[in-house]
Amino acid sequence: MASISLKSGTVNNMVKNESHKAVENFSEQLANGRLEIEGRSLWADARRRFLNNKAAVASMMVLAAVTLLIIFGPMASQFSYEEIDWANMAAPPSMETGHFFGTDHLGRDLFVRTLEGGRISFMVGALGALVAVIIGTIYGAMAGFLGGRVDNLMMRALEILQSFPFMFLVILMITFFGRSILLIFIAIGAVSWLDMARIVRGQTLSLKSKEFVEAAIISGANSSQIIFRHLIPNLLGIVVVYASLLVPGMILFESFLSFLGLGVQEPMTSWGALVNEGAISMEVAIWQLAFPTAFLVITLFCFNFIGDGLRDALDPKDR
Amino acid sequence: MFIFILKRIGVAIPTLFILVLLSFFLMQMAPGSPFTGDFNMPPEILANLEAKYHLDKPLWQQFAYYLKDLLQGDLGPSFKYKDYTVNELVAQSFPVSLTIGSLAFLFTVIVGVGLGTLAALKQNSWIDYTVMTFSMVGVVLPSFVIAPLMVLIFSISLKWLPAGGWNDGSWQNMILPVAAMGILYVAAIARIMRSSMIETLNSNFIRTARAKGLPRHHIILKHALKPSLLPVVSYLGPAFVGIITGSVVIETVFGLPGMGQHFVNGALNRDYSLVLGLTIIIGSLTILFTAIVDILYGLIDPKIRVGS
Amino acid sequence: MKKPFKALKLVGIPALTLAASIMAATSASAAVVPAGTQLAQVQELVRGNGSEPASIDPQKVEGVPGSNITKDLFEGLVTQDSEGNTIPGQAESWTVSKDNKVFTFKIRDTAKWSNGDPVTAGDFVFAFQRAVDPETASRYAWFMEIPTIVNASAIVKGQKPADSLGVKAIDDKTFQVTLEQPVPYFIKMLAHQTTFPVPRKVVEKLGDSWTRPGNMVSNGAYKLADWRVNEKIVLERNNNYWNNNETVINKVTYLPLQNTPELNRYKAGEMDMTYVIPIEHFKSLKKASPNEVKVTPYLGTYYYSFNTQRKPFDDARVRKALSYAIDRDAITQYVKGQGEKSAYTFTPDTISGFVPPTTAYSKMPQAERNAQAKRLMTEAGYGPDKPLELEILYNTDESHKKIAIAIAQMWKPLGVKVTLVNQEWKTFLDSRNDGKFEVARAGWIGDYNEASTMLDLNTSTHGQNDSQFVNEMYDELMAKSRVVTSDEERSHLYTEAEKILADEMPVAPIYQYVTSRLVKPHVGGYPMSNVEDNVYTRDLYIKKH
Repeated sequence: MASISLKSGTVNNMVKNESHKAVENFSEQLANGRLEIEGRSLWADARRRFLNNKAAVASMMVLAAVTLLIIFGPMASQFSYEEIDWANMAAPPSMETGHFFGTDHLGRDLFVRTLEGGRISFMVGALGALVAVIIGTIYGAMAGFLGGRVDNLMMRALEILQSFPFMFLVILMITFFGRSILLIFIAIGAVSWLDMARIVRGQTLSLKSKEFVEAAIISGANSSQIIFRHLIPNLLGIVVVYASLLVPGMILFESFLSFLGLGVQEPMTSWGALVNEGAISMEVAIWQLAFPTAFLVITLFCFNFIGDGLRDALDPKDR
Repeated sequence: MFIFILKRIGVAIPTLFILVLLSFFLMQMAPGSPFTGDFNMPPEILANLEAKYHLDKPLWQQFAYYLKDLLQGDLGPSFKYKDYTVNELVAQSFPVSLTIGSLAFLFTVIVGVGLGTLAALKQNSWIDYTVMTFSMVGVVLPSFVIAPLMVLIFSISLKWLPAGGWNDGSWQNMILPVAAMGILYVAAIARIMRSSMIETLNSNFIRTARAKGLPRHHIILKHALKPSLLPVVSYLGPAFVGIITGSVVIETVFGLPGMGQHFVNGALNRDYSLVLGLTIIIGSLTILFTAIVDILYGLIDPKIRVGS
Repeated sequence: MKKPFKALKLVGIPALTLAASIMAATSASAAVVPAGTQLAQVQELVRGNGSEPASIDPQKVEGVPGSNITKDLFEGLVTQDSEGNTIPGQAESWTVSKDNKVFTFKIRDTAKWSNGDPVTAGDFVFAFQRAVDPETASRYAWFMEIPTIVNASAIVKGQKPADSLGVKAIDDKTFQVTLEQPVPYFIKMLAHQTTFPVPRKVVEKLGDSWTRPGNMVSNGAYKLADWRVNEKIVLERNNNYWNNNETVINKVTYLPLQNTPELNRYKAGEMDMTYVIPIEHFKSLKKASPNEVKVTPYLGTYYYSFNTQRKPFDDARVRKALSYAIDRDAITQYVKGQGEKSAYTFTPDTISGFVPPTTAYSKMPQAERNAQAKRLMTEAGYGPDKPLELEILYNTDESHKKIAIAIAQMWKPLGVKVTLVNQEWKTFLDSRNDGKFEVARAGWIGDYNEASTMLDLNTSTHGQNDSQFVNEMYDELMAKSRVVTSDEERSHLYTEAEKILADEMPVAPIYQYVTSRLVKPHVGGYPMSNVEDNVYTRDLYIKKH
């Protein structure tokens, strides 16, 4: 079952005889009792394709390195992220003072702050994307599956939300949740699921007419079972692709909020906040811009390449 | 076609109404009022101010006042800019955003489609990689870094172009903001264009055209370009509204009197009427352009019938 | 910092001498170009102005950007010279009744509006009434209540009609104001835009749109030529200004810019004068172009408010401990570093007519203050085993942020755990005004150059008493200061008031403001000692460059 349904996820792009083959495979596997292993064949296929994408693999490795650095890096420094070194304010990078990336205008160590900021940026990106993906998937799958009047109504609601200026909502939310950047990003995630919902709905519509869903309906599964057990697992491919592109979007959005001064609370920091501070003083203290920006740019590049790689691997024809 | 437009309008009006309603009440829920300021006003002065702008009335009554004016095309007085009405502020700022936005849009489409096509034609070559990596700069580098960097290079160091200001729309003042804004979208368009071009080039009718021995540039320009543009168009519809209604970052960095600054400052100042007015305008434009994209879609792709 | 000589000593001088002393100090409101200076052909100035003004209608202005522009466009009964001394403006002289309550102004015969009409006493009556009229809903209506103009408060409250205000036009050129109490600094307050005249005929004819280019008629050295919201406001020389002959600059453009965008425009040569210098750039600019960095004292204090109605900040020991532990010199030298002075009193040293006392804690070295702070904290029952947890509230801004971070670090050794709370402006004001804070950042700039503009703030009924400090003795002292007639007595009362503040510490003064901006070397006449930061364009000139 698993194999077939997973294939159906991309079935609209597949040539007929491929699915024939799949069915044959399936019965064969069933006969040999190897369903468990072969059941992942599509994922294995995807993995092979992904691993062939050099840019994506390299990005994966770089991202892993960045993540490790963010987690363990601060231990390598004698400073904490909030400590003021009165003797070294806005000091350039130096091995002697132990400020590998220099200090900011308050004499706080930029190496530790850059890594500390990375934690927040990652967290914010992941949380925001997660919330958007969850809401978007459920909403889209429900609209697509239930169809008819409900679909109509849900899509209309989507249209209204879409014509809402995004900035307006965000500023409002900041005035409400001003205290916690995580809450803000959960909220931002909660308003950036619209595209996701649209895509998922489209996919669901095409999945709905597939045999396995009909089979489930005939065997008496109710709507929620079908949505959560049959539809959503099959939508996973596109969801993963979309999510990998949402994460960098969220990280970048956080930096925009920092530009407006509405970002994370001091003394905590984020890459966006650091880059913004760096941009203010780029002529006088270029290191304050260079290091956080390098981290931000590299990470976003990686996410984008990985996203591309995943898309090619999971959903070769989707744009 | 006519029925299609009617239908669209039929949907747009209630959508707009809900938009106004929601924005109105959400805005009022935010802490602070347009009149909280540096110093606490004596209550009687505050009362005078509130009375002047009807803020002393119950919320639903305020909303009724607002709707009544709105139906007459009056967006009310700005709460913050006491010498202006919202209509006047919009009339001043929209042309600025529209000009900068349209030029940036043009820049984006030409460069984006060009780069995307180039990358598709040289798929997996170093040209492809360079072009795509380079175009991604706009996606990974925040505009508040790109824009000041441009100012630093082209205005302060080289002294080629002015560092900011609108200057009644002189072309020198427009180059940097247009470029800084366009770069943000180039990458997205180039990427969409690239993949859709690759897809088109692999399709049967192009193979046929090739088999017939048609020259390469002829195939690309006459046959492949049009269908490849479809996804670009569907991306650009919503993006266009975002571009022409202004970007607060670009406007702040270059000191441009556009709508983006009004929108963000309006929200921060709790200038209720200004924000509501802009929300309505941006909302209407979004609805309008979604409809236009649908029509364009129909024109490019005969398979989709408008109105069906 | 104290100025050696004041042309105008208002406080307590008998009325007639007052007028005489003004006539004697004939420094006119005009550019003073030193002999031998070569002026530039093009006399145009581009100034940074922070942000878009909320209004340029004198009675509706709310904030520095609007105030700067109206001070170029309009002129009140009196104005200031570049030193900040009060000098005659539209009024060429005035007399004061024996009880110091009735002021009669003689308006210049040459005073004209930019459309050529004469400025009349009627225009002043109209403007004064307009400021208090609920119909206008002026934010600065309280400014007319401070000098206790007859009926001002009742009119603002809507209890009396606007025309019952204690002002009248005796004839076209004679304007009279009657006060309820003899407020000694009334004349000084008349250089403020709320008291500027507006052209009655024009305002009545055009309503709210009278402030547009093409509509606006003004009586100052300049008139409005162009206004693009969020881009620029352009003023041109007003040939009908009574002292037009002495104006040098023909055109001034105000840009609503600050910080980096402004700095970039300045560096690109598009501006002659900035509004601020970004804190990050100050040191390098000072090094690179020392003659362009202008730092002048500013009449204001940056301070932290303790919410005295909340535990444990109702305990003066806690407040004092926290205040003592702030290393003010470190903040002024390292964090701000623009020449600010550490503040140990609420009134800044630059105030005229009063020398703030040397408070006891200002004399201690920081180490001793820290030791005292620790002792006070222990007395109040806090220490390493029972740490005090508190929140510092500040509004979104690079410099407030940096100071809050530094102070949080300074409080750490006391065993204080600080959470920083940054709120955007409106939310911040709401929290602070409603007392939803523990420790909040604040700052106060004097509205006129007299100590009461600062000290009144801590009286229990003042709208800006954020710390909700209630002290009967203090209130009494301040009430008394309004009615005493001698300078000495008043100074003594102010000194007592400052002592109460140092003992009770409802607010922790941190530094005395300075204004720092970049001014191109070719701009002449930049005032280096106007503590209210009134930079009138009419006093400036452009040198050949």
